[in-house]
Amino acid sequence: MIVRPYGDTRDDGIVQLSFTLPIAHSAKAPDVGKRLVESIGFRSVEIAECKPIDSSFTFYVAYGRTDAVIDPDVVRGDYLDVEAMDFAGVNAFIRERMGRKLVVVGAAIESDAHTVGIDAILNMKGFAGHYGLERYQEIIAVNLGAQVPAEVLATRALELRADALLVSQIVTQKDVHVQNLTKLIELLEAERIRERFLLVVGGPRISNAFAKELGYDAGFGPRTSPLDVAAYLAQEIVRRSWAGEGVDDG
Amino acid sequence: MSETALELDAAVIARCRTAASAIADAIQEHIDAHTTDAAERATLRLVGVHGVNGVDVPLVNIVTEHARGLLAGGIMRPFADLMNRTGRDAQATAEGIADGRLALDEVPAERRDAAEARASELASAGVSRIDAVRRQREALVAELGEPRKPYLYVIVATGSIHEDAAQAAAAVRAGADVIAVIRTTAQSLLDYVPFGETTEGFGGTYATQENFRLMRAALDETGREVGRYVRLCNYASGLCMPEIAVMGALERLDMMLNDSLYGIIFRDINMQRTFVDQYLSRLVNARGGIIINTGEDNYLTTSDAMEKGYTVVSSNFINEAFALRAKLEPWQIGLGHAFEIDPSVPDQVLYQMADALLIRSLFPDYPLKYMPPTKHMPGDIFQGHVIDAMFNLTGIFTRQSIMLLGMMTEALHTPLLQDRYLSIKNASYVFEACRGLADELHIVGDGRIARRAHAQLAQATEHLERVRDMGLFAALQRGEFADVARDPTGGRGYEGVFKRRDDYFNPVYSALAEGRPSGPPTGPPRPAAGLSTEAS
Repeated sequence: MIVRPYGDTRDDGIVQLSFTLPIAHSAKAPDVGKRLVESIGFRSVEIAECKPIDSSFTFYVAYGRTDAVIDPDVVRGDYLDVEAMDFAGVNAFIRERMGRKLVVVGAAIESDAHTVGIDAILNMKGFAGHYGLERYQEIIAVNLGAQVPAEVLATRALELRADALLVSQIVTQKDVHVQNLTKLIELLEAERIRERFLLVVGGPRISNAFAKELGYDAGFGPRTSPLDVAAYLAQEIVRRSWAGEGVDDG
Repeated sequence: MSETALELDAAVIARCRTAASAIADAIQEHIDAHTTDAAERATLRLVGVHGVNGVDVPLVNIVTEHARGLLAGGIMRPFADLMNRTGRDAQATAEGIADGRLALDEVPAERRDAAEARASELASAGVSRIDAVRRQREALVAELGEPRKPYLYVIVATGSIHEDAAQAAAAVRAGADVIAVIRTTAQSLLDYVPFGETTEGFGGTYATQENFRLMRAALDETGREVGRYVRLCNYASGLCMPEIAVMGALERLDMMLNDSLYGIIFRDINMQRTFVDQYLSRLVNARGGIIINTGEDNYLTTSDAMEKGYTVVSSNFINEAFALRAKLEPWQIGLGHAFEIDPSVPDQVLYQMADALLIRSLFPDYPLKYMPPTKHMPGDIFQGHVIDAMFNLTGIFTRQSIMLLGMMTEALHTPLLQDRYLSIKNASYVFEACRGLADELHIVGDGRIARRAHAQLAQATEHLERVRDMGLFAALQRGEFADVARDPTGGRGYEGVFKRRDDYFNPVYSALAEGRPSGPPTGPPRPAAGLSTEAS
């Protein structure tokens, strides 16, 4: 079944837009905005607002109709199957279904010196209005920081009896992230400890499909909140029924 | 409605101040017994050492690293001695140390007096530079005019100082009174101040002296165009807190975020270090006529606002005590607050107003900074805009002084040009539409607003007395603020803390205290500009 945007009538295709052009406001400014919106492919364009922000910028609110359609069934991908939960829900789920704390070790590994990603997910303060994993009463989150060698991450994960390794990769120039991520997987496999951990990678250029390709259990991209990661970890660990037993440290 | 509308018990408020004073006194003993590498670097900056070596290491870092063993006695005596011996000025001396030709050493008794005299002259000259900048601000405010409060405070955060300047100018033309340049992610954790003009950053722009200068020039130009003085804000926080305070005082920043408690709790900066750094920073801010901003609102991003709101109140009292010890005047103490309650809580705005009114009532003379919703801002920007409007209403109704304006895209990205425009438009509308509202309404004596405020104050009083009894370091160790626990010997920068030797010498402290100017800049009142472009 194909669908179009729905304004007030099925298939009317109405879309609202707002944007700024770096031009001074003038008598023709509304038409400039209108032509731009038309050039995107909208028809019946109405400029609802066209105001100067200052002497060299003009702000627009516009409506247009699109003929574009989408069939939701043709959109396929490797999506994580995670049930939506809130902060309290994740804590309660871990408490009730695991019966012990969930242990996560996070790091930006190898050459990557950026803590921004791992901090956003792990730090108390969190990100975009969501607490970081450190704040969850039922999660023990250990943040090893940046430029952590794969060997150190693996060793710490064993010591802490981690359930999950959270790897951040921000830098992707020359595919350096692929090398780093591969190194970690190969190390874990060589040590025969790969299956002890949920292996999760995150970063601005990471997708779940990309992570799976490299042998990771899940990948999180831009706009991931700590809650997304927490809900996934809790549900996946319970699904794998590691819950309650504590991972054997060999 | 007035500041006494809540009919708070003066004896209870006095108990809070007494406890906060005792807390600050205990920390002041630690401060007076220690120095840090950052404090010594700040001293060098004030006496004129600037610039970097061939691989971008600041000269002040090279000098203090080179003389690490001497820092416990203060850098200035050996440094001035070396100047005396070589006949070089401060910068040339630092360059000589950097290129390995000169070396600092202990100063023998026969050269001490001369070295100390030279160091004192340098410190006085440095402080005179700060005073000159302060006078320049006073002259500009007198000429261009002083905007009405609350100030409309917005952020720019493009990563490029040139884009920041363009966006700031647009915001000023739309009505902004204060521009804060957000720093690049994690600059607070750098143990050096980057150098020069920068055009790349992550989620913000590097705080460098050159970037300060460029933004100051841009705001002066736009301020002249719109006919009011525009204030510039940055961050004297993190590991380089006192150095950035010096840079800010020299480049005429008007406000600085300056709060050790924030750094300890949210950036894991070592507490023994940062209180020492904060004291010198605030002395510099005080001298420079800079308004400090504190960051207590952040506590409730990790703690729940309904349960732990009192920690914001108690921390405001502690920050006040620290500020007064550093000789900041009331008009410079911009305590930050906000009690962001989940919008789904019934009567959320009622409680929000109670909390904001409480802080205003406790600190009637301070330029309080009221912080916008962040934690509960949705991806639905339209709903977010409404939440921000209720925040603006609370701010004008409770007479806050500096309104950091919320952005409807808070949860999504650093503000787009149009986000800032819409945010200023929102605030201008609400402020002008509701400016006289508070004068016409009374708070019900035993109503829920009053009861909430009284309960918060009662809890804050108990909390302050508990923190006083255990000491602030122990309280921070136990997670008394923001539910975050920090170790007194843990965190970043502990290796840069030095117990002062008995003969510790740093003439900057006394130079900052002597002949201190007083009072805020004043100028002809300017009506809130509103959306000047719309009027035209």
